[in-house]
Amino acid sequence: MAEERAQQSSSPVAGAEPVEMLLNMGPQHPSTHGVFRMVLWVDGEKIVDLEPHIGYLHRGSEKLCEGEQYNQVITLFDRMDYIANFNNEMAYCMAVEKLMGLEVPERAEYARVILCELNRIASHLLFVATMGLDAGAMTPSMFCFRGRERIQSLFEAVSGARMMHNYFRIGGLKEDLPENFNQLLTDLLPLIHEDVEESDKLLTFNEIFLARLKDVGVMSAEDAIDFGFTGPCLRASGVNYDLRKAMPYSVYDRFDFDVPLGLDGDSWDRHYVRVQEMYESLKIIQQALEQMPEGNVASSLGRRLVRPPKGEVFMRAENPRGDFGVYLVSDGTDKPYRVKIRPPSFCNLSAIKHLLKGIWLADSVVVLGSLDIVLGEVDR
Amino acid sequence: MINSLKGLWVTLVSTVNGLRQPVTQQYPQTGTFWKRVDTPTPVKDRFMGFPGLTWDGKIDEPYCTGCMVCIRNCPTLCMSATMKDNPAHEEGHSHRRKIVDSFEINLNRCILCGICVEVCNFDAIAMTHEHELSNFARNAARMDLPALLELGQDFQDKTGWIPPNERAKKAKEDEIENGDGVDNPEPAPENAELEQA
Repeated sequence: MAEERAQQSSSPVAGAEPVEMLLNMGPQHPSTHGVFRMVLWVDGEKIVDLEPHIGYLHRGSEKLCEGEQYNQVITLFDRMDYIANFNNEMAYCMAVEKLMGLEVPERAEYARVILCELNRIASHLLFVATMGLDAGAMTPSMFCFRGRERIQSLFEAVSGARMMHNYFRIGGLKEDLPENFNQLLTDLLPLIHEDVEESDKLLTFNEIFLARLKDVGVMSAEDAIDFGFTGPCLRASGVNYDLRKAMPYSVYDRFDFDVPLGLDGDSWDRHYVRVQEMYESLKIIQQALEQMPEGNVASSLGRRLVRPPKGEVFMRAENPRGDFGVYLVSDGTDKPYRVKIRPPSFCNLSAIKHLLKGIWLADSVVVLGSLDIVLGEVDR
Repeated sequence: MINSLKGLWVTLVSTVNGLRQPVTQQYPQTGTFWKRVDTPTPVKDRFMGFPGLTWDGKIDEPYCTGCMVCIRNCPTLCMSATMKDNPAHEEGHSHRRKIVDSFEINLNRCILCGICVEVCNFDAIAMTHEHELSNFARNAARMDLPALLELGQDFQDKTGWIPPNERAKKAKEDEIENGDGVDNPEPAPENAELEQA
């Protein structure tokens, strides 16, 4: 379909010279998902070239990490990918634990997995909501936000904050889960399933939605690998690569779940893979809840200062947006010497020029939305 | 065609479902759609609002000794404090040799991480449930000692706050009474290294 469109004449007068126009999109544009700016050269309605501008949300988090103690750095990681806070905390904590050779209590591992998967659902619900808004569907966003709100109120009961939790600690958790956590979660799971199903039914196979998203922004498997795509964006192109399966961390090897794959690698596939992932996450949560043992969650470090030995470490975790890597250099003091983050959104965004060149201007919003970027992580 | 009708059916079902009681609430109000109450939005028990200083009702003085552990551990450096000799200790009323003289938290800088509460050895600081402190002046969110104590006392009265140390002690006694988990490893010397930092 995209090729058909491209063949149609775009110039206002038949036979006239094409006129290029410069169009500035963002940083204050509701469809750029934050403060992302694109300068587009358009010929009529067709995008000839574009230049992405990032850095409007740059806070220097990597440098700030060098001035904070290991426990304080967690607060900064909360603010990187601010839609999936628990997943970020997990990646960082695992990196330090790997460096120190710390064992995490069993119960803490399960609690982490449950919270991370819930966070993945919350993040994907937000994606479905914004994807609908980008394509012009208002109603599903309301249902998705209701579901996300339910998850966040559980987070509030667990960690005391809806978004900036600061709940994971190096080697464990800050405190045990609330006493009625099992009850809360058992009550919550059917409700979330309902929410996911409802938004899925409303949006995914809607005719208009399909017409807007199918065959738009196609990414082949080879290109996706070359551009460093990870997470749902990569799997939408048909590459079976999920860190939770490929190199299981934490206790992910104990759960039975599938990795949904796309067929064409277009925007709709990127949407549908995420919808399917929510069902898989629900499966993982259900299993984790059944397997979760009783016991201690506190770190074996107690309240001592975290002082990893000299060395460097790289740890990856599967975030809702992809492969979140933390590279950490320790010089043996109580503060990290260097923290480098491999942000999935940034790598996924790097393909924007490749995806948008030659397609219609109205589709640029949909393609950008389907990449699901979070600018807090792109700019750090 | 059939797909379109199917889509319309789904939308219709959702519309009918949507006619139930609204989920959204007007901000300061709570309650149902028909019966609204002007009370603040309820928060969960563990909710972390702005930090406040707690008051020791038994001895009638603050728990805080001004030891500066929280200040050294604050990621945003939003606090400052000084300590003085406790006059009540010389008279024999109190076991605290030192007591807080002045304390200031710039709540505009506070990121509500709860690290100060975690590191405090004297149960002197608590994350209150207060979260509505917007104001017009730039420095109006700088809280001094009386204001912080008021915040904390308000929180203590409302929630029946038990000092974490006492709670831990009680839990341990209960465990010993029940005869299990006596060999629970005690976390290593409290803040021994923190003090040197």
